[in-house]
This record gives sequence, structure tokens and C-alpha cells, in this order.
Amino acid sequence: MNNDDNYGNNVPQIVAFCCNWCSYAGADAAGTSRLQTKPHFRIIRTMCSSRVEPDLIMEAFRKGAWGVLILGCHPGDCHYKNGNYKTDRRIRLLRKTLAQFGIEPERLRLDWVSASEGARFTRIVDETIEAVQKLGPLNLAVPCEVIHE
Amino acid sequence: MTRIRPNYEDRVSAEKPEETIYERWVGGLLRYIDEEKNMRIGVYVCHCGGNISEVVDVKKVAALMGEQADVTLARDYEHMCSEAGQKIVLDDIAEHNLDRIVIAACSPQFHEKTFRATLVKAGLNPYMLEIANIREQCSWPHFDYPDYATLKAKDLTNIAVAKVRLDEPLGSKAIPIGKRVLVIGGGIAGIQASLDLGDAGFQVYLVEKEPSIGGKMAQLSRTFPTEDCSACILSPKMADVPANSNITMLTNSEVVSINGYVGNFEATIHEKPRYVDVDKCVTCRVCEEKCPVKVPDEFQEGMKNRKAIYVPFDFAVPYRHLIDESVCLRLTKGGEVCGLCQKVCPHDAVDFNQQPRTHEIVVDTIIVATGYDVFDARLKKAYGFGKYENVINGLQMERIISCDAEGKPLRDIGKRIAFIQCVGSRDEQVGNEYCSRICCMYATKLSQLLKRADPSREVYVFYTDLRSFGKGFEEYYKRAQDTGVKFVRGRPAELTEDRKTKKITIKVEDTLSRQMLESEFDLVVLSTGMVPSQGTESISKILRLNKSPDGFLREAHPKFKPVDTLQEGVFVAGTVQGPKDIPDTVAQASAAASRAIRLMNQGELEAEPITAQINEDLCGACGTCVSVCPYDALKLVEKEEKKVAECNEVLCKGCGSCAGACPTGAAQQKHFKTTMIRAMLDAALGVDATPGKEA
Amino acid sequence: MSKPKVSKPKVAFYWCASCGGCEEAVVDLAEDILTVADAVDIVFWPVALDFKKKDIEAMQDASIAVSFINGAIRTSEQEEMVNLLRKKSGLVVAFGSCAHLGGIPGLANFSDKAGIFERAYKLAPTVTNPDGIYPQTETQVPEGSLTLPVFYDTVKTVDQTIDVDYYLPGCAPPPDLILNAVTGILEGKLPGKGAVLAPDKSLCDTCPLAEYKPEKISIKDIKRPHEVVHDPEQCFLAEGIICLGPATRSGCGERCIKAGMPCRGCFGPTRDVKDMGTKVLTSIASLIGIETEEEMSEEELQKVLAKIVDPGGLFFMYSLPSSVLRRRRIK
Ligand code: SF4
Ligand code: SF4
Ligand code: FES
Repeated sequence: MNNDDNYGNNVPQIVAFCCNWCSYAGADAAGTSRLQTKPHFRIIRTMCSSRVEPDLIMEAFRKGAWGVLILGCHPGDCHYKNGNYKTDRRIRLLRKTLAQFGIEPERLRLDWVSASEGARFTRIVDETIEAVQKLGPLNLAVPCEVIHE
Repeated sequence: MTRIRPNYEDRVSAEKPEETIYERWVGGLLRYIDEEKNMRIGVYVCHCGGNISEVVDVKKVAALMGEQADVTLARDYEHMCSEAGQKIVLDDIAEHNLDRIVIAACSPQFHEKTFRATLVKAGLNPYMLEIANIREQCSWPHFDYPDYATLKAKDLTNIAVAKVRLDEPLGSKAIPIGKRVLVIGGGIAGIQASLDLGDAGFQVYLVEKEPSIGGKMAQLSRTFPTEDCSACILSPKMADVPANSNITMLTNSEVVSINGYVGNFEATIHEKPRYVDVDKCVTCRVCEEKCPVKVPDEFQEGMKNRKAIYVPFDFAVPYRHLIDESVCLRLTKGGEVCGLCQKVCPHDAVDFNQQPRTHEIVVDTIIVATGYDVFDARLKKAYGFGKYENVINGLQMERIISCDAEGKPLRDIGKRIAFIQCVGSRDEQVGNEYCSRICCMYATKLSQLLKRADPSREVYVFYTDLRSFGKGFEEYYKRAQDTGVKFVRGRPAELTEDRKTKKITIKVEDTLSRQMLESEFDLVVLSTGMVPSQGTESISKILRLNKSPDGFLREAHPKFKPVDTLQEGVFVAGTVQGPKDIPDTVAQASAAASRAIRLMNQGELEAEPITAQINEDLCGACGTCVSVCPYDALKLVEKEEKKVAECNEVLCKGCGSCAGACPTGAAQQKHFKTTMIRAMLDAALGVDATPGKEA
Repeated sequence: MSKPKVSKPKVAFYWCASCGGCEEAVVDLAEDILTVADAVDIVFWPVALDFKKKDIEAMQDASIAVSFINGAIRTSEQEEMVNLLRKKSGLVVAFGSCAHLGGIPGLANFSDKAGIFERAYKLAPTVTNPDGIYPQTETQVPEGSLTLPVFYDTVKTVDQTIDVDYYLPGCAPPPDLILNAVTGILEGKLPGKGAVLAPDKSLCDTCPLAEYKPEKISIKDIKRPHEVVHDPEQCFLAEGIICLGPATRSGCGERCIKAGMPCRGCFGPTRDVKDMGTKVLTSIASLIGIETEEEMSEEELQKVLAKIVDPGGLFFMYSLPSSVLRRRRIK
């Protein structure tokens, strides 16, 4: 993702982790139905939402993401029985932790999208883009070094 | 490498650490590039016949990709998935010695397999491939932002390039697959699939929740457009099921859980007691005469009564009595109440002490054929179904005509009869947008059967559109018109009942002549559509099958895998996948059987190659992964006097839960290693690849 | 050792933001320290010996064989000193948790200078400071001007300040590891640069309670150590007490565990882990109510999670400055 000037400097950057079976297919369904979304997100596919390690989410923020979306199958529908329950618990705890780091929990969203819910996928993405646009960039890399005197 | 002390060896790793804390933030993408390996990546950007190229500047994307490190060549082409497209890849691999391929095209769900096969043909490992989804994720959802779409397509391709650099060849184990199939649902779809499989020598378990197999087809009068008597063509097939030595039939039974995977599904089936010993009962019906309890007969759609002890219908299979435990006096009240049937049974077949039974079976594949339910017309309030006695549904009309034909009329139907089409279908108000595909033709059939049986009847069909797409359907519709059935284009808004005469008045605008019509009928038949059955709901949960927006089960691919599901080894047949008529259902059932046979005849299957992998140098045997694995694939084992986690690659399905939970980074998922996901993340965020530049 | 006195390797010890425990640890080597002291020439050790900064400045670059630096970097003086030592030393060893990971002083990264000063010099119950006077880097007094080092907003690890060759983990590092490291350096038998001089496996590997661990753990409820009586024959996690052992490098000698306390992670993460705190987080969270996860109601789940009052402070207890985010965001 790029903050190229021809696309405006204040372009939100969102990373969306989608599981192969439901949410990735849901994103495909949104595309197939030609539902238009804002383009400021990049999908990274994993087999199940439970593969996503919270440290990678931390890294995403550190490396410039304005927001991170984790999308899995609806509870009870995980292709691997119950991976999404693990995801749910981790993300809840991570959101609480992020608040201590001064990162608004709204920047990290976990939601469920089934393979047929193209419209739901589009809505979640649009909502997230809108929410982080209000919050603005995190600019973490520089302030880490800031020395106030 | 020198070591500090002999006894220090087991405490300090010999190798240079993968990454020191100091190096933590130094270097972005470049860090992942192993220069010595000298990779040769080929990138192919597909036009998809305009689907992509009309929005995304594919030439620009290819040009930008060509400048990336390790990319030997980048091309764009009209149709990458075509034979010509694949040939380009094959030729390039041969000529330019490519060792990794990135295809920027449609979603991997469509052609990942295709291109993996191409790589195999070229002598590469199939996992040295990445697909960048620039159609579903870019050109289609972002045609409102064409400039940005090109930028995004470049980014998505870049993510794939970052990933392919780290891809490693994968192989997999073979798992044996036997010849056992579980068919769930004993309607015509389940029967057909079971017979095909049984005849082909496969061992079939057919599970039906009702006391008899046969399903909805058993209730139909005749079948359109040939007007065969439904019972006459179905009953021999039903009888073939128990006669086939390869088929085990379990009626009155439900699947309650299924664990495992293709080649080893473990199913638990609950069989409800019949309270009648099927081996002793000869269906003499003596008991039935004596039984004092009368309840509406499901088979006759409630238009007649049956007893608490009964045979489901005249050609039921098994053709044996059973007791309805929800209404039987003895079984509801207990003690020595009633028990008349037991007293009169000449064969001592009644057994109130029968207990539910649980069957545990292991099968290799599963066919789901749980059928449909009739739309509950009460939800369409304006039509007064369930309130007005002269408003019935299509299936009731089937029963009326069947019974008339047998000379045992169910009810009086009068002289003026109207059909209303699309009840519960193509109707957003009730939440069903789809067409049920059978109602037009069954109304065409029923109306002309009524008219032919008594030409003095006046029969009207009020339709929205008349859809007669099948073989012989249009001719059949013409015949109905010739018989004198009147087809009126218009959807009645409301029905009203005359309190005294109970006749029904229909008010409707004839949308062809633009005239308002108002007319009174003796009987109104609602051509009710299909909805996903209750059984479908529960089985989709048990097997974790995806549903389409309409609630029916989703096939793996609408065109090329119409009976497969995303669960390997699980197939769908019949109306469980969507509304369809009998010929289509039977065709699909045979297709499902043959897909299952294709799988099982291989004798062995390739196990999932994307499994977990434990780095034994790091694993401290905390057991976190063992606890989270949903398939019990991980165990702590003793190796060189130390405990470590070990992955059973046959059991592992490759979800990566363990890798996501492992606190040491020892558990990794092949093809989705942390380093790989991190590389994708960096590419997605455009992290500067120059060492030292990154914060 | 028969080498002539002049060729004894020079060694320096220095402390930054630390508690002094690491210095104790060196002294604790007891008799062993004498062998060490005999083999080396200690040129700098502010806690024990009277050498001055200018003595170091006068030395040739890289003339000190090895500098052991403990403590995190939080002021300009510390930054200056470690830079000086880096220049003058062949090897630099980050000694102890604070130097290695930021340690307990690093938890200050959840706050910033203003917050810390306000707390320390104004709000603390033992302080009366109605005028809100805070320490200044320069204060004029009749005798001239007094200076103090700059107090940074952010605590840094040593390797975020200078190039570090090796790490000796622990709060404080146990004597056997120190001795191994020192001997290794003296004998020139060292692993690759950047290595943490402790085993790669996590603590469960050597934990005496591991044998009591059930095959599958499901954390039904989370308890804080003071809420239960710990069964010395049970794994802490199985009791619902959060233990950082699964994510922590071993080598500490399980001192806490043997004293009936769960691990708090002073040895830092294992080799490939970048963010120790979230590694603990993910493993603990993944185990919550595994047995009954599908039936667990929203309230039940929230109740269990609410028991983790301060996830940041708990999971990042020793590793905050070395974590991916390093500190609370400054807006
Ligand atoms: S979770 Fe990681 S460290 Fe723990 S047993 Fe599994 S692989 Fe080993
Ligand atoms: S990836 Fe890990 S958790 Fe998932 S099935 Fe395999 S071993 Fe089990
Ligand atoms: S597969 Fe979608 S959340 Fe597990």
C-alpha cells in the first residue's frame, strides 16, 4: 500500500486477514456481485482466522497500517470446527492491550463473514475504512524515538 | 563454529540466530531475499478477456512487476487459464529456467488447482505458485476507482511476489480411502445415489429420518410432463433399496454428529424406536383397527387421519407398522395404560420397551440429500392459508388427485378451481428471491389433470411468468391450454372468504389485458415453492457446509463442481442444493455417486500438504498447541530425553491454530509460516525494502 | 594462567537504568569472581571501583575486551556513556533483563516524561510540591549552573542505542550463565554475534512442574496468584494462574517456580519471537475455556477476560521497550 501523491497523501491503509473458507470467499462474492467498496484495503489470505498471530497485528500497526481487520467464519461455522473461537478470545484481549498502548481499539476489528455474504463484507470494509479515516494515521514509527524536552 | 564449553552446547544454539534483536527493525523486504538462491520468478498478469483489463492497466502492472527484485520476467496475456495461456507459462519455465510463478488473475478458488497442475507439468513443485486475486478483489469491486485499482493490482501482485520468494516445495502423505458411503436423506435423490453406489459395489449406509424412505416424490400424483404415476415409478426403486445387499438402510434415524475427514468420517446415528419389531410384524393392520388415537396423517397432508400405530403409506419401505410415541397413550402416559395393539397383535410384534439405538459408523465419503420443505404458506398472510378451509397448497392437491384416482376422495373440490403461482418464491416480502422452478409445471400438470378428469370444471392459473424451460415443458403447457385451463397473468394481492359459502374471491389485475378481474372459486390452490429443509439446517452445521444466500447448500463450483462441496469427500444431491425437478434431482444424485466413486476408486488420497511443523529446537513442550488442535493431531512426545510437540500429518488439516497460539514460534504452518505472512504484510504496507530505512 | 600481567584482557562494567541487582549478581559469583578478577583487568566499574569517565575517554578505541552493560537507557547520560563504551570496547554484552529487553524500568513506556514527573514530583502521597517544580536540565545557583541529564520520554534497550554483541538475560542473570559467558569470552569460544547466551527452548522444557501438566489445558477461570493456594504439584496454567513460562527462554534455574511463583518472563522471548507480550497473550487467550468454548456465553467469557486487569503490564512486564510497539503511542 502506498501513500503515493497521485492518490492523496492521507490514504488509509488497512490490512484485512481473511480465512480461506468463509470470509475470503465472501470477499470474492462481493467482487462477483460487483459491489463497490473503497479500495484502501489489502487482503492477506490464511487458511483459518486462528492462524493470525497477534504479533503480526502489532507489526501491521507498527509498519503503518491505520487499521486491521480480521474476518473469519461465523461462530460454529469455522471450516476447522472451532478456530474462530480462539481468534475471538485473542482479539478481545488484544484490543484491551492495544488501548494501553494508546491505540484506539476501533482500529482492530474482528467480524464474521460467510461465503455468501458479499454485501456484509462490503459493509464491514467500508465501515472500517470510514472509522479509521476519522482516527487518522497512527504514525508510530517516528514518535517511538521522540524525546520531549 | 566454536562453542563456549562442552556442557554449554545443549543450552546454546549452534546456528546464528535467525534474527537478532538488534536486526529486528533493520531491513524490510530485502531481508527475505536470499541472494545466493538466485530466484527466477515469472509473473503473469491476466486480462480475463476484459474483466480485468477494462479496469486495471494490466500492461502497467506487468511492467512494474518486471522491475521487482528476483522477477525474471513479467507478462500480460488475454486468458491465462486457457491452454494457450498455460503453454506460455510452460514455455517460459523451460526457456528461462523459472522456479516460481505468480499469476495475477481471478480468485484462487477458480484456477489455483489449474496452475498447480501446470507447474507439475513443467517439473516444478506445485506449491511454488501464488495467485494474486486482481479480479474479485480489484477490477470488479473497484471499477469506480480505476486509477487506484491499477495501484492496488500492483500491490496485490507484489504481495504474491513477496510470498512466492519464500515458498517452499511441499509434499504429502497418502491416506488410504475405502469404499464406504453415508447417504443422508432417503428421498429420490438419496435412493438414486444409494442404488448407483450399491450396484457399483460400494458399501452404503442410507439414513432417513422418517419411518419410510421415499421422500416428497412418494406423495406426488403424477410427474410432469410425461404424467407417469409417481408412486408406480418410485415404488420399485424404493423396494430395490433393502433388496440390495450393499445397502444398509436406517429409517427413523438421524445423524447427530460427524467427525473426521475424507477416508475416515466417524458418524453417530440415532435410531428412534418403532416399538414394533419389524421382523415379527406382517402389517396385518389388526392393531391399527383397535388403536383409539386418531391424528392427522402427514402423508395425506393432514386431510385424513391415521392412528397412533400405523404404516406411513401403502408402499412404504420398510412396509411395517410403528407407533408414534408422541401420541400413543401408553407411551405418553406410561404404566399399563391402553396397550390394545399389543393385546391384539397376533405376532407379538409390539414392544413398548424398545429403546433408541445409537449406531457408530465409519465411512469414506458422504452424500447429503436432505431435500426441501414446502414453503409454509401461512407466512403469506394475505392468502389466508390455514385460516380459509378452501385454500390449500400444491402438495395437498397432489394428494387429492392421487386419492381420487384410487377412488378414495379426500375432500370435495367443487367446480371452480384457481391456482396462484409463486407463493413463497420470487417474493422478497417472505425473504425468498429465488424461483422454485417446479411450481409452474406442477400447476400446469395439476390443472389439466383436474380439467381432463371433469371437463365441466373451470380451472384458472394466475401466474407471474410461466416458465416452461425443460424438455417437453412448453409442449405440455400448450396442451394444458388446449385442454381448457385458463392462464391469467397477474398476482392476486389478497383472497377473501365468504363467511357462509366459504367460497374464495380472488381480485387480480390481468397484466396483459390491463383489466381488473374479480371472481369466486370453490377451491384455491397455492403453488407453494421450496425452502431449505430443517434437516439441511442441522446437517450443514454438523458438516460445516457453506450455504448460498438462498439458504440451500452451496456447491464447490457452480459450473464445474455442481455436486462437490468445499469439504473434501462430501457431496450434495437434489434439492438440498437448490430447487429442481425430479429428472434434475436424479441426474445430480447419479453425479454425486459417480464423484464419490471417482474419489474412492483411487484407493488412496493425498493428505493435506499444508500441515503444521514443529521446530524442535525451540519447542519447550508447553502443550498449548496440543490443547488447541481441533483434530488431536499434536502430541507431546519424548525425543532425545526431551519432550517436544509432534504433528501427525495425516490427522492435521492445516488450519494453523497451533501456529497462531504457540508462544515460542516453534509451531509453524507450512506454506503459511510467520516469515511468509510477515513478508506479505510488509508488501501490503509498502514497507521500504532498503535496509536501514525502515523505522 | 601463566600469561604476563600486561596482556590481561580489560573488562568494564556499567549500569544504566537498573536496580543494582545485576551488580549484586556479579558480586554473587563469590569465589568464582576471584578467578575472573584474577584473569582480567577491570578498568571501569562505578559501583565498586573509583575510575572516572575521563579514564575511559583516554583509552584507545576497542581496547577494552568486553563491556558488560546492565540497565535500560532512559537518560542522555546513559546514552552518552554506552556510546563511549561501545567505542572503546571490542565486545558489548547487554547484561540482565533491562539492558536486554528494557525490563521493569521499561514499563514506564506506558507513560511519558510528563506523566512520570507529575507522579513522582507532585502526585505521590509522600511529596509536597504546591508550585509544581520539576527537575530541570540546567539550574542557576549562585555558585554557577547545575546540570542534570535529559530524561527521555522513552526507555530504550541497550541494543536500540548501540550495537550489542551478546545478551545475558535474566533479572538478574544467574551465576552459572554469567560464568559461562565470561569464560567463553576469555577463551574466545563464542556463538554467532547477537546470540542470547542461554538455551533456546522455553521454560516449560526445564520446569519442575511440567510433569504435572495435564495433556490438554483449558483455562476455565483466571486467578491471580494471591487468590489461590498454589499446589506445588500442579502446573500454574492448569490452576488458572497466568505463567509466562511457555513463552520465556529457559536457563534461569526456575528460581521463581521453585519459590511458588509463576514465571514473569525476565529471560525474554525465545529466538524467533519479536513480540513476547503478544505471544503470551495468544497462548493464554487460546486456552480460555477450550473445553466449552462453543457453549460459553458472552457474559461468562467477558467475566474470565476481565480477570486480566492489566494485560499490558502483565504480558509485557519485562519486554515493553523491546516489543514491536515499544511504547504507548504519543499523539
Ligand atoms: S505450543 Fe509451541 S512451544 Fe508449546 S508445545 Fe506446541 S510447539 Fe511446543
Ligand atoms: S495446523 Fe495445527 S492446530 Fe491445525 S490441524 Fe494441524 S496440528 Fe492441528
Ligand atoms: S476457517 Fe474461517 S475462521 Fe476458521
